[in-house]
Amino acid sequence: MYDFTTCEKLLKLAQKHDTSLSEIVIRYECAISDNSRNKIIDEMKNRAKVMKNAINKSMKDPEISVSGMTGESTKRMKKFFSRKKKNLLLSEVSYKAMMYAIATGETNASMGCIVAFPTAGASGVIPGAFFATQEKLKCSDKKLIEAMFTASGIGLTIAENATLAGSKGGCQAEIGSAVAMAAAGLTEMRGGTPEQCMHAAALGLKNLLGLTCDPVGGMVEVPCVKRGGLAATFAISASDLAMSGVESFIPIDEVIDAMGKIGRLLSPKLRETALGGLAVSKTAMKTTKKLGIKIVNNF
Amino acid sequence: MSNYSVFDIAGPIMTGPSSSHTAGAVKLGQMARALFDSTPDEVQYLLHGSFGTVYKGHATDRALLAGVMKMYTSDARIKDAFNIADEKGIKYKFTVGDLGLGYHPNSVKITLKKGNRKMSMTGSSTGGGNVNISQIDDFNVDFKGIAGKYFTIVISHKNQVGILSYITTFISERGINIANMQSSRVAEGGKALTIANLDTAVGLPDILELEKLPGIHFVRSLTKVT
Repeated sequence: MYDFTTCEKLLKLAQKHDTSLSEIVIRYECAISDNSRNKIIDEMKNRAKVMKNAINKSMKDPEISVSGMTGESTKRMKKFFSRKKKNLLLSEVSYKAMMYAIATGETNASMGCIVAFPTAGASGVIPGAFFATQEKLKCSDKKLIEAMFTASGIGLTIAENATLAGSKGGCQAEIGSAVAMAAAGLTEMRGGTPEQCMHAAALGLKNLLGLTCDPVGGMVEVPCVKRGGLAATFAISASDLAMSGVESFIPIDEVIDAMGKIGRLLSPKLRETALGGLAVSKTAMKTTKKLGIKIVNNF
Repeated sequence: MSNYSVFDIAGPIMTGPSSSHTAGAVKLGQMARALFDSTPDEVQYLLHGSFGTVYKGHATDRALLAGVMKMYTSDARIKDAFNIADEKGIKYKFTVGDLGLGYHPNSVKITLKKGNRKMSMTGSSTGGGNVNISQIDDFNVDFKGIAGKYFTIVISHKNQVGILSYITTFISERGINIANMQSSRVAEGGKALTIANLDTAVGLPDILELEKLPGIHFVRSLTKVT
């Protein structure tokens, strides 16, 4: 009854029942899992707690990753934000979103605990954008949890109709999807309509179509961690656009379909194999040689 | 009907850095350990495709080893898997190779040995912590698992009439819902394997009781990996 595999269906259900996207997603989960509503909401709260802890870990006790490539940024950003906030060009909420997303990425890179929402490589975008926005709007945890359900609903349709895996679709499938999911969730959190949520998701994903997965040494560090930070600001931008009444000319389901098809067109060298792009740049090659990482070409 | 739960998307909760290359790898290791039905003296991993190219950076090797040592996907000790295996006296070896065409890019063949017993399992991590087992020894199978979603039990049994209904009755009598179940013959001579994904855990006393039923070789429970 609340089953959906496309964004169009999800939106239609919300319209039919005159409710939010998150409410449909919660009812869907109740129906497929036979779990009570409270249990499902508690499970999402638990995930929010892990996300918050992952941010706090790098904010309070930053750790350099084994490779030495990441682990410094959160510290520097925190210092800048506390001393030179006036010099920011971005809004405070966008800067914080970027900082929290990078903090999550640094926790992940140093083998800390995170929520792979939707994947570990893209795990910073949603918590970054959501927690920064929650602080700015001073909204309840209930709103935050609802935004997480909405984001999951969008992610589910991407998993159904395209892919969330970098090895299949490149980074557009990971960070691109995370931005679409975050943009929809944020839009609901700040009072946007279900239609506006869908436009935010479409605008967010379109902006990152074609994005390659070419991490240095194959590690979830460069460019993943800082890219996640910048991407969190895109989610906020996409939501601002949608709240202004700007619409995506291409509907979200078609953007998702295009993303999946682009993924299949991408060379395997640009799909999480560390055989192309940034992964074979001069600096990357020097770094991987120093680290003793042997990248094997299986193609 | 969608194949996904909301928590497949918002999850799993895991130790970084990669859902496909770390969390999924832990789950594959756990599956192999459960199928082998004891702690191996020696374990070899043949890493295929993307698993072969980028395993070090994603700690895929440590994760595969941690899984064989029954660690959870969110276990903070995955980092130290090599040291822990050394302490336990488990020998391990990672080789990069090619399993051939038709294998998912994130595939591994795990060979476990203990004394003169030997078993191999080939599986892939298909993204977001989802795994698929495609071969056990020389037999083609198709078993799916998801890190952080179900309590999984692995049952080795005779391939004979009536055993499956035994198993399902046993589980449902305990008020446990079977989310899905897959069965396959895995060896000559009528040996079969059933993997059931359950919504709640089966207690150890029940596992031991199930194991006593005629025609059942062993039952292993994989704790829900969160």
